[in-house]
Amino acid sequence: MTDLSQSPAGAAPRKHGGSLLEQTPRTKRRNAAETRFRAYGIAAITAGLIMLVILVTTIVSKGTGAFQQTFVTLQVELLESKLDKKGERNIEDIKKVTTFGYAPIIKGAMEAAVEELGIETSLKAKELAGILSKDVAAQLRDYVIANPDQIGQTVEFRFLASGRVDGYMKGRVTRDSIVNDKNISPEQLDLVDALAAAGVLEKTFNLDFITGADASDARPEAAGMGVSMLGSLFMMFVVLALALPIGVAASIYLEEFAPQNWLTDLIEVNISNLAAVPSIVFGILGLAVFINYMHLPTSAPLVGGLVLTLMTLPTIIISTRASLKSVPPSIRDAALGVGASKMQAVFHHVLPLAAPGILTGTIIGLAQALGETAPLLLIGMVGFIASNAPETLADGLLAPNSAMPAQIYEWAKRADPAFYERAWGGIIILLLFLVTMNTLAVILRRRFERRW
Amino acid sequence: MNDMTLMDNTVDTQKIKIAAKDVNVYYGDSHAIKDVNVEIEDKTVTAFIGPSGCGKSTFLRCLNRMNDTIDICRVKGDILLDGEDIYDKRVDPVQLRAKVGMVFQKPNPFPKSIYDNVAYGPRIHGLAKNKTELDEIVEKSLRRGAIWDEVKDRLDAPGTGLSGGQQQRLCIARAVATEPEVLLMDEPCSALDPIATAQVEELIDELRSQYSVVIVTHSMQQAARVSQKTAFFHLGNLVEFGPTGQIFTNPEDPRTESYITGRIG
Repeated sequence: MTDLSQSPAGAAPRKHGGSLLEQTPRTKRRNAAETRFRAYGIAAITAGLIMLVILVTTIVSKGTGAFQQTFVTLQVELLESKLDKKGERNIEDIKKVTTFGYAPIIKGAMEAAVEELGIETSLKAKELAGILSKDVAAQLRDYVIANPDQIGQTVEFRFLASGRVDGYMKGRVTRDSIVNDKNISPEQLDLVDALAAAGVLEKTFNLDFITGADASDARPEAAGMGVSMLGSLFMMFVVLALALPIGVAASIYLEEFAPQNWLTDLIEVNISNLAAVPSIVFGILGLAVFINYMHLPTSAPLVGGLVLTLMTLPTIIISTRASLKSVPPSIRDAALGVGASKMQAVFHHVLPLAAPGILTGTIIGLAQALGETAPLLLIGMVGFIASNAPETLADGLLAPNSAMPAQIYEWAKRADPAFYERAWGGIIILLLFLVTMNTLAVILRRRFERRW
Repeated sequence: MNDMTLMDNTVDTQKIKIAAKDVNVYYGDSHAIKDVNVEIEDKTVTAFIGPSGCGKSTFLRCLNRMNDTIDICRVKGDILLDGEDIYDKRVDPVQLRAKVGMVFQKPNPFPKSIYDNVAYGPRIHGLAKNKTELDEIVEKSLRRGAIWDEVKDRLDAPGTGLSGGQQQRLCIARAVATEPEVLLMDEPCSALDPIATAQVEELIDELRSQYSVVIVTHSMQQAARVSQKTAFFHLGNLVEFGPTGQIFTNPEDPRTESYITGRIG
């Protein structure tokens, strides 16, 4: 103490001496480290945002084209001599005329249109009709079979233009890119320009892309998402109907009733691990069990739904258990204290409080299942072209179908760039579904969350 | 009913509501309650006092078998309610808890309306035949909980929206709504301010006319104010049990004296 008292200041040296207006080297280092860390954080967020912007702009710029389609409006004379030679309007006779038999009528309609508009062209009738989709004959035939009384009349039709013409209108196909293309010639593009100038050929919104069925390789312009959307919808029904009750029942038992021992610990670890199992594993399990062993039909949404149920269950169980855990134990005590049984305590008090969390988890699980492609590869839901929407519930569950992500994958791997555009369009639809579901989950959580 | 216990139980069952004999409680390997013998009288407030961790709450929770919810908890010995062993295999804890109600340390109303909070017990026990009867039970219980005047105009409001003291009185009303015979209170005032505490204490004194009340408290003043009998627990042992006045003025055991004078605890 004597040494200290002899120090010049006459007092004990202070640990934090010096002016507060000056930073010590230590403080400077500390502040510099914090500044650096903030910079890293901002850089990370910026990188993430840039990726997101790139993703969204790419999807939107490449996909919006799929929602528009080029149509040609033509006056078609439904010649009796071609469609109903006997003139009896017998539906069986009319049905005997194949789509092939409609070709002359389409050619005639094109020739008439070119003549009426006064367009000069060296193209022959067959080449004129070449700018229309191969789907046109079928469209015409369906109409005639549905309205046989119209035979002999002149009816106005809106026909799909071919994929190349559509691509030309959207700027995907250019005069340079078709040099080696057998499907379309520069003369035909001249014709397209002339028809577009005359207002006969135009690009409009295409509802069929959202509601229609997939089409074969040669007719990209006719392909739509509608049927695969139904396939996804039926799968989601199956997932919801199975995964929610099974998952919630399992979670309630594990969380509220099961004794704590090595067996329940083991189950718990396994459930957590199942959530991280690659989805293709569930796919091959579904193939082995549901199709090879139980002989359920391949490509059926029922099987797809069962496989996705297996995949979704761990997600639902984990989120349900988390929300059950978050209900304060005082609520259980209160219920037991007034003489409620364990089950009454759980069902009257704990479950209603956990419900928003359970719903949120379920919706997120469903959204995951909706976007899942890999397991569907193995049960044959990819590559199948469903040409008709299912008509009954049983059909919807058991008839072969595809699903949205599988349909997108299918389009993306086809050769024609027109399908590529549709794949992007399909992704927009899929993302809209997912964003809607996730928003719903957030709203539910915000709306019904209770605080203590 | 267990015949053997009836033979042993020679005391006046009219007066003794709960009799605990050689009760031992274990949490896994730890011995929480050691050979506790206590007789709780009807229409009396019995206070359990003692330092933290002395086992008074554990013992209280044995009286309505709330400890059953803890997996590792084992109870040995006999606890007789009106001469019946409540740990008998044939006893359903749910029926027991309808007879022995409980109020907890932290007010824990259900996140439902005030009416539903009180009506829940009578509903699950089928105490009301119709809506009118249920309304009467709710009103009577809220009056007994000394909270009727404050909430009678807003029975549909959520119970969690009340103040802490009101919530605790609501919980007491909820507990008495099932018409229990014994009311266990685990530090019912520890989360309340002095004014709310005074209201709840007054209420406890009124409840004595109809129930046997057992209250665990950290506050010796509270024990002295509300109870007729006091039990002092220390390290899992029941050190001393007797009339409150005697415990506080003339304790027999030196440990009790040390605790009351503030030397241990």
